[in-house]
Amino acid sequence: MRKVYLDNAATTPLLPEVREAMLPFLGEVFGNPSSLHDWGDTARQAVDAAREQVAVLIGANAEEVIFTGSGTESNNFAIKGLALAQQSKGKHVVVSAIEHFSALHSARTLEKWGFELTEVPVDKYGMVNPDDVRESIRKDTVLISVMHANGEVGTIEPIKEIARIAKENKIVFHTDAIATAGTIPVDVKELGVDALSLAGNQFYGPKGVGALWVRRGVRIMPLLDGGVQEGGRRAGTENVPAIVGLGKAAELAKASMSARIKQLTPLRDRLLKELPASIEHVMVTGHPQNRLPGHASFCVEFIEGESMLMFLNMEGIAVSSGSACTSRALKASHVLIAMGISHELAQGSLLCTFGLDNTDEDVDYMVKVLPPIVDRLRQMSPLYSKFIKASKGGK
Amino acid sequence: MPVYSEKVMDHFMHPRNVGEIENPDGIGEEGNPVCGDMMTFYIKVKDNRLEDIKFKTFGCGAAIAVSSMVSEMAMGKTLDEAMKITPTSVAEELQGLPKNKFHCSNLGAQALHKAIEDYLSKQKAQGEKKE
Repeated sequence: MRKVYLDNAATTPLLPEVREAMLPFLGEVFGNPSSLHDWGDTARQAVDAAREQVAVLIGANAEEVIFTGSGTESNNFAIKGLALAQQSKGKHVVVSAIEHFSALHSARTLEKWGFELTEVPVDKYGMVNPDDVRESIRKDTVLISVMHANGEVGTIEPIKEIARIAKENKIVFHTDAIATAGTIPVDVKELGVDALSLAGNQFYGPKGVGALWVRRGVRIMPLLDGGVQEGGRRAGTENVPAIVGLGKAAELAKASMSARIKQLTPLRDRLLKELPASIEHVMVTGHPQNRLPGHASFCVEFIEGESMLMFLNMEGIAVSSGSACTSRALKASHVLIAMGISHELAQGSLLCTFGLDNTDEDVDYMVKVLPPIVDRLRQMSPLYSKFIKASKGGK
Repeated sequence: MPVYSEKVMDHFMHPRNVGEIENPDGIGEEGNPVCGDMMTFYIKVKDNRLEDIKFKTFGCGAAIAVSSMVSEMAMGKTLDEAMKITPTSVAEELQGLPKNKFHCSNLGAQALHKAIEDYLSKQKAQGEKKE
């Protein structure tokens, strides 16, 4: 059976070159980067080289890059650490309503700790209006955090404009660039941000490693106390193999970014066009143009995502959904709901994310396999029969 | 993939009694699209027995399997027997359901009971009319 992996937003595979770069650090090169001997030196040099590679990817200085254990940790660290470091100045934080849970829930935790939170809405494309951010600013606002792109609907946010507003008001601005760093050009100076999160497994690096970049001079309170690793900002012995892998993945992403974008975009555009053309009552979610290169997301009316996922999996296709049944919390995607999509429609959410292994044949296969699955589930759906009866009655 | 038993997978892939009954004796609906699952049961009753059962379900794999299993368990049973089918007995027949699916997706028995109640209230109304 054909196997088609269309879930690169969940994780990308590890590139062979990245694995090769990591292997010595899972074997003979085992030193602790903090140790003051040859073993330690070798490990420390590898970590520093990776820091440089990540810095180059985002146009930053290496000493401003802090390695973390995941994108989730980077977002927790940024939101909590940047807010806590400034709490004597004020206790108001602004985020968008469609942030990843690692950012959104961190902000809600701050609320429990006595901060006040404003969640800025989005339009039907999942786009934040910079004017809404401007209006949310108060005298005691100390942090604004808006994601660079949303991983569920692919929409790329106007970060430059929002960063400018934050700067005019002298407020620290963080962006979650986990969906964009290593995928589309990300330059911290050009964006004008003060802090930025990224994660290795979004661009063919290993899982369990991320980074937070914090502009020099911006204060952040560590989440983990202990030794003086990462300049005292993130204690704990470094995950050297994963950090080396992240560095290599960053280097490769920088070198081949435009080629990757050129490869993914046509696949995305074909699926965005061909799925709604081959199945009735399918809508594209997210922004039609300003979206991630490999990102095609939809809502299929009258049916539920998990059953679609299960049938697709039986045909060898891996995708995601934001339906309630597919989430551990059994709630429909907060992103789709914030975009004004009804709960009913959000249940039919379908997320297809392309990667470097995908080809035109994968699009052909998806477009061939999905329509009969949708048809089968609709024949079972009381919502579909109600719709059919209503439209017949109307005639 | 969610961790489903073989029985759940069988009923999900080959659901029994999917469809609608024209002029049914009772209709029962349970759930709503907000929570993710919604089921409609249609029944035909003869001599106090469920002569035919059909269902339509919007929902996850568990919801579809539950509906199918309920229709199979209740087919040919007396109305009293069918009223004794519970979410727990349905889950047992399906060799178990994932914990987080037990409440939201296991609505088949309730939907069937509503269809039976619908039938009984119609019967009662007809009886009153005759009097």
